[in-house]
Amino acid sequence: MNETIGLILITIGVLFDLLGCIGLVRLPDVYNRIQASTKCVVLGTTLSLLGAMVWLGTAAVFVKGALCILFLLITSATAAHALARAAHRSGVSLADESVVDRYEEDLTNGDINEEAAQ
Amino acid sequence: MMTTEFLVPVLILGLLICCAMCLYRIANGPTAADRMVAIDILGTVVVGFVAIITAITGKAYLLDVALVWALVSFAGTLALAKYLVGKRLNE
Repeated sequence: MNETIGLILITIGVLFDLLGCIGLVRLPDVYNRIQASTKCVVLGTTLSLLGAMVWLGTAAVFVKGALCILFLLITSATAAHALARAAHRSGVSLADESVVDRYEEDLTNGDINEEAAQ
Repeated sequence: MMTTEFLVPVLILGLLICCAMCLYRIANGPTAADRMVAIDILGTVVVGFVAIITAITGKAYLLDVALVWALVSFAGTLALAKYLVGKRLNE
């Protein structure tokens, strides 16, 4: 029973991973790729770890897996945010189909002071 | 169980396809930021790989590898992002 539930969770996780990587390959610019791939792959990996935890069901796997999920959820969101900010500040342009760039508007209006934030 | 023996190679193949797509984006991403995003995603996919290997073999200590990998990948991505800020790497 544990094995079946774990296998189902891992399968859903791998499907999410595949969708995120397809987004990484297909989407037009850096910001779209960050958005699609980070969300999907983090959820997929979390589900895979959860599946491994349910499948084995021992205390050691449970503690380590929960710790790993916690770190993953905290760190990958931070890393994606830092990457998007670095890409924007180093002048990577948006795709041609983009409609709005709020970060650029805020920078020109002076709503956020980048030099003070450094 | 019969289903497990059939399904586990399929899952590993799916994750290998994920790695191949990330490597494609690393090989010909137009900007440096694309390559960094792909490296970050590849690190997360490897953590999923380690989770599956842990589930198959039943060895709990393999999850330590996943934990360390996630943390080191995070530190590397932050260092690269800090390096990229202010550089003109548009081409």
